[in-house]
Amino acid sequence: MTKTILSGNEAIARAAFEAGVKVASAYPGTPSTEILENVVQYPSIDASWAPNEKVALEVGIGASFGGARALVTMKHVGVNVAADPLFTLSYTGVRGGLVLVVADDPELHSSQNEQDSRNYAKFAKVPMFEPSDSQEALEFTRLAFEASEKFDAPVMLRSTTRISHSKSVVTTGDPVTDLPETGLEKNPPKFVMLPGNARKRHYVVEQRLEEMADWACDQPFNRIEEGEGDVGIITAGIAYQYAKEVFPNAPVLKLGLVHPLPKQLIRDFAARFKTIYVIEELDPFIEEQLRAMGIEVHGKDKLSLCGELSTSRVRQGLLGEALKPETQEDLPPRPPNMCPGCPHRGVFLALNRLKAYVTGDIGCYTLGFMPPLSAMDTCICMGASIGNAVGISKVLSDDERKKVVGVIGDSTFLHTGVNGLLDMVYNQSTATVIILDNRITAMTGRQDNPASGYTLMNQEAPEVDLEGLCKSIGVKHVKTIDPYELDLTRETIREEMERPEPSVIITRRPCMLMKRPVVERKQPLFVDGDRCTGCKVCLNLGCPAIEWDAEAGKRGQAKVNKFLCVGCDQCRQVCKFDAFGVCDE
Amino acid sequence: MNRVKNILLAGVGGQGILLASEILSEALMLAGFDVKKAEVHGMAQRGGNVVSHVRYGDKVFSPTIPDGEVDILFGFELLETARNLDQLGTEGVVIANTLKLAPPSVSIGKEAYPAGLAEKILEKVPNAKIIDGMGLAQQAGDARTVNIVLLGALSTTMDLDEAIWQQAMEKMIPERLLEVNKAAFALGQSA
Repeated sequence: MTKTILSGNEAIARAAFEAGVKVASAYPGTPSTEILENVVQYPSIDASWAPNEKVALEVGIGASFGGARALVTMKHVGVNVAADPLFTLSYTGVRGGLVLVVADDPELHSSQNEQDSRNYAKFAKVPMFEPSDSQEALEFTRLAFEASEKFDAPVMLRSTTRISHSKSVVTTGDPVTDLPETGLEKNPPKFVMLPGNARKRHYVVEQRLEEMADWACDQPFNRIEEGEGDVGIITAGIAYQYAKEVFPNAPVLKLGLVHPLPKQLIRDFAARFKTIYVIEELDPFIEEQLRAMGIEVHGKDKLSLCGELSTSRVRQGLLGEALKPETQEDLPPRPPNMCPGCPHRGVFLALNRLKAYVTGDIGCYTLGFMPPLSAMDTCICMGASIGNAVGISKVLSDDERKKVVGVIGDSTFLHTGVNGLLDMVYNQSTATVIILDNRITAMTGRQDNPASGYTLMNQEAPEVDLEGLCKSIGVKHVKTIDPYELDLTRETIREEMERPEPSVIITRRPCMLMKRPVVERKQPLFVDGDRCTGCKVCLNLGCPAIEWDAEAGKRGQAKVNKFLCVGCDQCRQVCKFDAFGVCDE
Repeated sequence: MNRVKNILLAGVGGQGILLASEILSEALMLAGFDVKKAEVHGMAQRGGNVVSHVRYGDKVFSPTIPDGEVDILFGFELLETARNLDQLGTEGVVIANTLKLAPPSVSIGKEAYPAGLAEKILEKVPNAKIIDGMGLAQQAGDARTVNIVLLGALSTTMDLDEAIWQQAMEKMIPERLLEVNKAAFALGQSA
């Protein structure tokens, strides 16, 4: 029992250790990534990055069927990928406890949508816990494993950005010791979901939910905090904290299990008050079920369906207080940008110059959308770039078709992009695909993947041969280039766009932030004031290390911030006046 | 119950804001407070503006600070300090760095870095402390300790024992970097 400050993600990792988890699998995704990165500190757990969320869940299912407790984690959109095994896992149930942690991202801090994962619990008919701070993240994760085994069900635990990435004081516990041994145990009627078996299991699933709803009425994780006044509040997760901040003295029914709902407990609570507020983030998940029970409530009539809640937004919605402006609007914004020396930069400069129509994907390179590179035209989901390129090519004229380029990162390609490439070759699309191979899963903080040569547990692993993989699928034209060579990059992309056959260009250069091996920073460059004409061509790279000095020269000049410059040389290559030089050692 | 106190750290990704907020939170926990802190990771960190909320008191609910209720605005970069000026409550305190980092629109010459930001901050908060964190960090022996210099300056506005700050740094900073960081902290305290 020690007191420490943990993020929600660290607390979930700690709970996995305390719960005796043997296998943990995930695909990185903000805000869930740090869970597995922290699981690594507990050697009793076999932790690994899977190529995608579907595989991660399937690995977890296998471990559970072998009798072990298994943890699977992902971001909200990852559940879309893992939904196929999830829905049938609901039917089979588990052997060792299985907990699927899903981290939602209300407000889209780092996501492409803000879907509410509680709907998945209802849809897949699995129980879901929702913690409101790091202490509950730890306790509910442990509870989820117990409930998983007690009710023979996979159990979901929903976090959100403000739970996963907020830190609060946690008292940790001791690990469990009395878990059953693992080993093979056949049980085909339970684990082989042929129609004849699955039909029977569906009844088990429905009954399980009813039993859980009754059980949940007198469990301490669904608790009433008595208070004053004739307004009762029903809330869960991070929204509970905002509710307490705004209504410190109001009576609150705080739900720890958001699916299935403890109906009788809710009826009894609601009957005591004239007015009920349901305070929940995103969808009216609790609200609609209460309405279906015939309970009149205020919820989304006063609180937004979009974005995250906050103390101020709850005050605005329920107390009518005006929102204060969040930031000073007249100041220049500071959106995210590719790092100095990013190997993606030159590729997007070339795509911009070639006036390509770029079907994009999910990763750091989605920032290729930002001006001045402005070279991304679509971005849907992990792996979508290639399928999107194939589809749009089908409906274009010969001239326009040449413009279509799918752009995808190494990790995203292995996640679900390979499937798109299979379609592209099989159905003979002529689109061009660029695999931006920076040797790592960069956006989420540099996680290893099947092409990086290492595992999550820092062991060496075979590297996927991306060229060989593309060729084996049937791509005849696979070219690998160094994206720091700007002329070669542009020429290669131009040639392959012209080619009336499927082609793949692999641009290979490690992310500047790689730690293993460390990417060497070269001497910074400088601008020679005698040569710079102020033409601004180098500014088209959008490099954070190049700044505009309006006072210098006749009409302003570029200058290099030597603290930021890593010496990648891309600016020197675009300069027509030979104005960039390399600083002396 | 004492009112919850709110500290907002604001700057640019890569400035060491997360480490500073970790040490701050650790020190507050060691001092016996309930502490919560919140920030976002991922795409926002790629050179974008970063904020970290730190709240402490007898009991803290929300990990994020309600709009306009910041007690101490702790700025690592001038523009980002100014951007969050409206978040200050009455009697709010400002500890800020003189450093200017150009946002993209300034880098590409579309607009100039706003002039007179320090003056604007001082106009709103006359006793704001705006220090040359980078200069002091270089004086301490490592430009990367600028976050700890600033933390030292912040510590003078908070009522925590020196021993607690030292203990928190010892826990959160690797041993080989401890000496230079402690020197940076001391320089920040006397700035």
